[in-house]
This record gives sequence, C-alpha cells and structure tokens, in this order.
Amino acid sequence: MTWLNEKERRIAGFAAIAFGVVALLPLVDQGYYLSISVNIVMYVVLCTAWTLFSGPTHYISLATAAFFGIGTYTVALGIDTVPFPLLLVIAALASGLLACVVGIATLRLSGIYFVIFTLGLAELVRQVVTWLQTNFSSSLGLYVFTDFGEQHIYWMLLGLAAIVYITGWLINRSRLGFAMQIIGNDETVAKHVGIDTARAKVILFIISGAFIGIVGAILAPRFSYVQPPSAFNPMISFQVVIMALLGGTKRIWGPLLGVIPFTILFDQVTAYFPNHTSFVIGIAFMAIVYLLPQGVLGRLEDLVRLRKRFRMVSAEEGNNP
Amino acid sequence: MSVIISGLLLGGTYALIAVGLTMQYGVSRIMNLANGENLVFACFVAFWLFTTFAINPILGIVLIVPLAFVLNWLIYTYAMRPLVDRAKNRGQLEVDSILATFGLLFILQGIMKLTFGGGYFNYNFLAVPVTIMGSNYGLNRIVAFIAAAVIAGALYLFLNHTRYGTAIRAVAVDPVSAGLVAIDVPRASAFAFALGGALTAASGALLSTFYTFNADMGIIFTMKALIIVIMGGVGDVRGAVLAALLLGLAETAVATFIDPGLTIAATYALFMLVLLFRPQGIFGKRPS
Repeated sequence: MTWLNEKERRIAGFAAIAFGVVALLPLVDQGYYLSISVNIVMYVVLCTAWTLFSGPTHYISLATAAFFGIGTYTVALGIDTVPFPLLLVIAALASGLLACVVGIATLRLSGIYFVIFTLGLAELVRQVVTWLQTNFSSSLGLYVFTDFGEQHIYWMLLGLAAIVYITGWLINRSRLGFAMQIIGNDETVAKHVGIDTARAKVILFIISGAFIGIVGAILAPRFSYVQPPSAFNPMISFQVVIMALLGGTKRIWGPLLGVIPFTILFDQVTAYFPNHTSFVIGIAFMAIVYLLPQGVLGRLEDLVRLRKRFRMVSAEEGNNP
Repeated sequence: MSVIISGLLLGGTYALIAVGLTMQYGVSRIMNLANGENLVFACFVAFWLFTTFAINPILGIVLIVPLAFVLNWLIYTYAMRPLVDRAKNRGQLEVDSILATFGLLFILQGIMKLTFGGGYFNYNFLAVPVTIMGSNYGLNRIVAFIAAAVIAGALYLFLNHTRYGTAIRAVAVDPVSAGLVAIDVPRASAFAFALGGALTAASGALLSTFYTFNADMGIIFTMKALIIVIMGGVGDVRGAVLAALLLGLAETAVATFIDPGLTIAATYALFMLVLLFRPQGIFGKRPS
C-alpha cells in the first residue's frame, strides 16, 4: 500500500478544513440550526455506513433500525454502571454480532432473501426486547441521564463521520474493496477468480452494522427515555435507503448529496404537514426509481461528462478552423 | 386440539395472501412490497360497504375482486412495465420493483390514513360461537376459511386444467421460452399481476370479518406473505398453501404457549430453518 499521492493529499487537506469549519457550529448557534445539524450528521453517518455495504452489492438493507435500536438499548441498559466510551464499543460489537448472524443466514443465497429478512428484523428485535423487559424487568422504559448536551452529541457524530469516511476509503484500497468491486459488477466472474463472495459480503455487512449501532448509542442521551417503539422505529430504515439512493451510492461521499436536502425537506414537512409525511417518503421512492436511478451523483457525473465532451469538441474546432 | 384448529383457520387466510403474492412474484417477476396495502385497502372497502350499505362482506368480495383486478392491472401497465422493459437482468428488476413498490406502499398508506385516520377498525359479522370438539370458534373465522379454500381451489383448477392457466405456468417457468411458443408474455404477466392483487384483496375482505385492522399494518402482512412464498418455493401454489398453514399453526402455538407478543419471532424461527435447510422451498428441487 503506497502512501498518499498529490491529489489525495489535497483532498485530505480540504476535508480536514471542512470538518474543522463544520465543527465550529455549536459556538455560533445552540438552537434550531444545531438540532437540525445533529439530524443531518446522524443521517450522513447512517447513510454512508449503509452505502459501505449496499453500494457495491446493490442489496437493499432495511436492518438499519434494528442496529440503531440495539445501540440505543446498550447505552440505556448500561449508562449507570459502565463508562460511556466502553458502551460505544459494546454497541458496535452487539450490532456487529447481529449483522454476522443475519449475514451468515441470508448472504449465501440470492439477494431477495436478504431483503425479506431485513424487512422485519427491527420488528423482530423489538418484540424480543419487549418480551424480555415485560418478563424479566419491572418497567418497559429506561431513563438515560447524562451530562451530554446537543453539542457533545454533534461533535461525537462528526468524529464518527470522519472515521466512517476513512474506513470507507481504506476498504476501497484494500483487497476486500477490490473484491467487492468485482462482485458488484458480476458475481459469477468473482466466484470464478476465486473470491469467497459470501465471506466478503458478510464482513462488509458487519462493518456497516457496527457503525450504525454506534450511531444509535451516541444518540441515546438525546432520547432521555428509551422505549422499544421509539428505539426500533422502522421509519429510520426507509429514510436511510431514500437518502443514500437519492444522493448516489457509487462514491463514498454520494449519500451526502441526498441527506442534506432530504433532511431539511422532511423536517419542514413534519413541522407544517404532519399528516403528509408518508406521501413525501412514497414520492421520494418513486422519484429515485423513475427520475434519478443513479441519484443526484449520477446526474452530476452526466453533466461533467457532457461538459468534457463539449470542451473536446470546441477544442477540435479551434484546431481546424 | 383447539390450537391446531385455530392455527389452521388463521393459516387459511394467510394462504390466500401468499398465493396472490406468489402469482405476482413467480409469474410477473415483480416483488410487490405494496401487496399488504392492497389487503388493508380491501379491509377498508369491505368495512365501508358493510357499515354504510349493509352489504354482506362475502357478497362484497364480488365487488372488491374486480375492482382490485382492474387497479392492479393499471399499476402493472403504467408503473411496472417500464421497469420490466428497462431492466438488463433479473437482479436489477428486483431492486427497481422493490423500490417502486415501497413508493406505492407509502402513498397508499398515506391515502388510507387521510381518509380513515390512524385508528383501529372492526365490525361485527357472524360473531357467533360454533363448537367443534369441545372448544368454541367464531363462525366468521370458519366462513372465511371455507371461502378461502373455495377461492384457492378454483385458482388451482384454473392453473392446472385450462389453456390460459397452462400458459401462465409456462411464463412462470421461463418467460423467454414461453414467448417462443406463441404465448403473449407481457399480457400473461399483466394478467397474473392483476389476478394476484385480486386474490390478496379477496383475502383482505375475508380477514376484515374477524380481524381488527388499521392503516399501517400492511407491511407485517407483506412480510409474512413473503416468508410463506419463500418457504413454499416461488411460484408454487401447493407449497404456499402448506407453508401458510404451517405458519398459522406455529404462530398460534407460540401465542398460546409462550406469549402473544412473540408471533414475529415464531415467523422468523421458521424462516431461519427454511433458509438453513431448504432454501429452494418445501417442494422445490435442488438446483443441479
């Protein structure tokens, strides 16, 4: 593995500056803008982690809410006895373990089994948690009291976002990333050149699930009272799918283009038309399929390609007047 | 004994939903995740017909089924055909149809919530106890089971003993070869999709006679139906019926002996077993 080249160093520098500027936000505003920014950064991490797995494989995972809820519950159960950083590690391990079980059961088979399995996964975990709580504990909800304010959650999420981006970049450079590229293009070819396709997919799903679990853990203090229906909210899974695909999953920064506009739009609709949120989600899915099959990213790349061709044509005309 | 009978009665309704879905996925190759909304929509129509016009839900089926057939034909022609035409391979069509029917799911759900609100609905129809082997069962459940059995039997006869039914089975096996023997594949696909939707709507009307329903429960039914379809083997009507009865039994047993809140866990336990030991379905053959 070679160290950074000129272009990569420039991108890294630019990204570091951008992160630094974004991290200053809580010094300027502590109200509405900080709160919506927490949402945006949360979905950026969720969608990017989702894309790590679903981008190259094209498998639509609806397991986000399950991993997220496991993270939230880990913190809710352990906050009084275990230090917070350790809880984040446990959350990552617990959701990674669930991803491993689901992956081993379904990823050996065709993609459709995986989609169906993840469709009800959050509901399954919610039922099991509710059953455990009603039978083995006194109350159904758990209080999460911490000293964390909105700005601490924001900084932790930003840090996690940086880690996810670096992980994604490292995976792309590794053998695993190369294997995933081949699997994404043609799985039969991948098998013939000796790639253990099921193993590669399971590993990637575990990484993706672990990150989503950490996000759930970081956000637990924001809920302050954790109950199964709020922790395992299935809408998170659908929103993550929409935002990631709306942005585009071919590049690691693609989801960013979908998360920012959709989070702001959804926030406005929830505030002013609370009975019409299903329509927004439904229309967004339709728009992805019929208008933006490669996401905003795909449209942008089309534009860049058009401009290049246009330049080439005009340059040729300049040479032969 | 009472667990077995209630389980079979529940499984009968599941069977009809799953058979509808297996027609849509097995023949038309569309993974329709909005099928549960179709079912809930039929529940609401049956409810509306019964409470406003006092129309018996069993008779209501006669109105609901053609309506659902036309509606699903339109959905297939205008929303799904463009996806079928542009898909380069089956995997891409699967992803596209999943996303498009998710869109449909939320739009239908939104319409139902705006029209009827988010509350729970039920009505009293034939809620008379009937005693079978010492335990009581609602007459509405038994009537729904018999109606489901009649509809499933009619479908089986249609698919196996008529010319067009054979054509549809041919499309299920291989759409390309079916085209070579002069079967109009696009028309057969549209027909199978519409028929699947109509079957699901029929089961919705039957379900509404004994089940408390609300606008967002569709997805749970879609999920159960999908698991039944996988268990039975895609496109296999006999397998779907058997798998549905098994699921009904498993759910009732878990609800009775362990906890009524764990029905999905029962569904998943069965699903896991199938994935680990017979991913090709109960009657399926191993791919060579």
